Amino acid sequence: MSGILILEQTLNGLQFGLMLFLLAAGLTLVFGIMDMINLAHGSLYMIGAFLTSTLVSVTGSFVIGVLLAIPATAVIGMLLEITVLRRLYTRDHLSQVLATFALILIANEVVRISWGSDQPLATPAALSGPIELLPGMFYASYRLVIIAVGLAVAALLYFVVTKTRTGMLVRAGASNREMAMAMGVNIRTLFTLVFGFGAGLCALAGAMLAPLFAVQVGMGENILILAFVVIVIGGIGSIRGALVGSIIVGMVDTIGRAFLPALLREFLPPQFAGAIGPALASILIYLLMAAVLFWKPQGLFPARG
Amino acid sequence: MWRALPLVVLALAIAFPLIAKDYGASYYVSFGSRVMIYALAATSLNLILGYGGMISFGHAAFVGAGAYATGVLLVEGITSAWIGWPAAMVVSALLALAIGAVSLRTRGVYFIMITLAFAQMAYYLTVSMKAYGGEEGLNLPTRATLGFDLDLKNDDTFYYTVLVLLVVTLVLLQRLVHSRFGRVIQAIRDNETRMEAIGYPTFRYKLICFVIAGAFGGLAGALLASHGNYVNPSLLHWTQSGMLLIMVILGGVGYRYGGLIGAIVLLGIEELIANYKIVWLAALLPNYQQHALLGVGLLLLAIVLFAPQGIAGLFARPASAGINRG
Repeated sequence: MSGILILEQTLNGLQFGLMLFLLAAGLTLVFGIMDMINLAHGSLYMIGAFLTSTLVSVTGSFVIGVLLAIPATAVIGMLLEITVLRRLYTRDHLSQVLATFALILIANEVVRISWGSDQPLATPAALSGPIELLPGMFYASYRLVIIAVGLAVAALLYFVVTKTRTGMLVRAGASNREMAMAMGVNIRTLFTLVFGFGAGLCALAGAMLAPLFAVQVGMGENILILAFVVIVIGGIGSIRGALVGSIIVGMVDTIGRAFLPALLREFLPPQFAGAIGPALASILIYLLMAAVLFWKPQGLFPARG
Repeated sequence: MWRALPLVVLALAIAFPLIAKDYGASYYVSFGSRVMIYALAATSLNLILGYGGMISFGHAAFVGAGAYATGVLLVEGITSAWIGWPAAMVVSALLALAIGAVSLRTRGVYFIMITLAFAQMAYYLTVSMKAYGGEEGLNLPTRATLGFDLDLKNDDTFYYTVLVLLVVTLVLLQRLVHSRFGRVIQAIRDNETRMEAIGYPTFRYKLICFVIAGAFGGLAGALLASHGNYVNPSLLHWTQSGMLLIMVILGGVGYRYGGLIGAIVLLGIEELIANYKIVWLAALLPNYQQHALLGVGLLLLAIVLFAPQGIAGLFARPASAGINRG
């Protein structure tokens, strides 16, 4: 196991973690402020990716396509919030789970009707090659761009949430919704904006990850569960928790898959290690989440004081 | 009049294979079996969801564990249903014991999330079981055997076997709900703190309830494996847990026949949309029949927004409703 391989997988983990953060940030705010479980968050990720694919082929430019897809998805998200989700805030969690599950089914079929089951979206040509990071270490330049975009968005989010008035209102809403309303904060409008913002981040994540995975119906479902794992680990409603949780989950998942089978082979008989290695690697983050829930039920960074 | 309805439905269910044969629609006998198996699974979920107030988002794990338990036994050459099906219930019950022992210490949203996490673990475990098909799933060489000259490979025999098991399960779970145990469970749902203060070991009650539901979920899984002669990881996917929740909600949370009604309605709608052409809809959307889930989604959304008590709730007296608290 060489140092270069470890560094490469660490970068992969960071890259995946930062993209998870884009999803988790919106999800944790929705969850934290309105106490609302939104399973349809993954559908916005899917819609964002499909919109990007179309817009990229129409405009001929990856960057313009992504920049147009973000506001478009944000608008779709806000419309969804105003028409359906707003009615669910006062309902129990079961109703929220089911209504948003219904939205997943609807979104999947609507996308299938409008686009078909999948769409091509290639890595932009200028970024498709590897670059030499260290002597002898080549790394895909597109993945570096993803890391840069993720870090930039995290910094932007940090600035907005901690330094601006809107961010202050969001934090107030997350830590105590009733008190914030009593102080005269218009939670309804604020929340529509937060939801649109979260949808925009989904589109960004969908667009950035699409060339690595695939633009297809159902792409949001598995990553949605990962985003939930992230916010439960990080603490519901906490942006900082979402960032830390995303990096942890991204790293543990990527590095676990890359090295755990080999590591087990050092200690266990080969046929046994070969059987449980991959299984253990893929359930590692769920074990982590169960452990966090068991010992720190509020997550690592509880938003409610 | 309403009291006689279940008996009428039962009589219809008994006559169904004969009627279907008359119309040359034997395919629907197999479809009927599938509906009843899902009804069994949804009924077991309704026990913890409707009566116990536990929103488990991982019920597919128990169904899947039962299916895999029977499937693996069949592949290894143990074909007797008298071993395979109870084994499935035991495996699922043990899984439910392990999952419940950890999950039931959490509450509300966290309970939903942790059951989901455990179900995902079970899902990935089956994906990585290379010896038993891995991601591809496992083709079963034969259906289970029952003895007594009953051949489960015959669709009618299988149908009646499932019917008997479903009726027995419905009766058993109903007895359970009205027993002292069931009343304690419902009281815990309504006010756990009070039950704890009175001196009930609430955790233990909830755990036992969870394990019972898991065992019957496993039975449904075992039947499902025999029905399709095939098990694969998608049985345990989280969307499958979501589908089971949908059935319970559609039918009615905490109603005796909630799971049954939900399974009939959901699978019925899917079947109807896929097999009968509605002319005006086809004119609007030529291949709408491939998008049956769109209809299911819209229906579910409407039910959640406008009829939260489900279909059974539309016909019942309000007082008898088991209202669920998240």
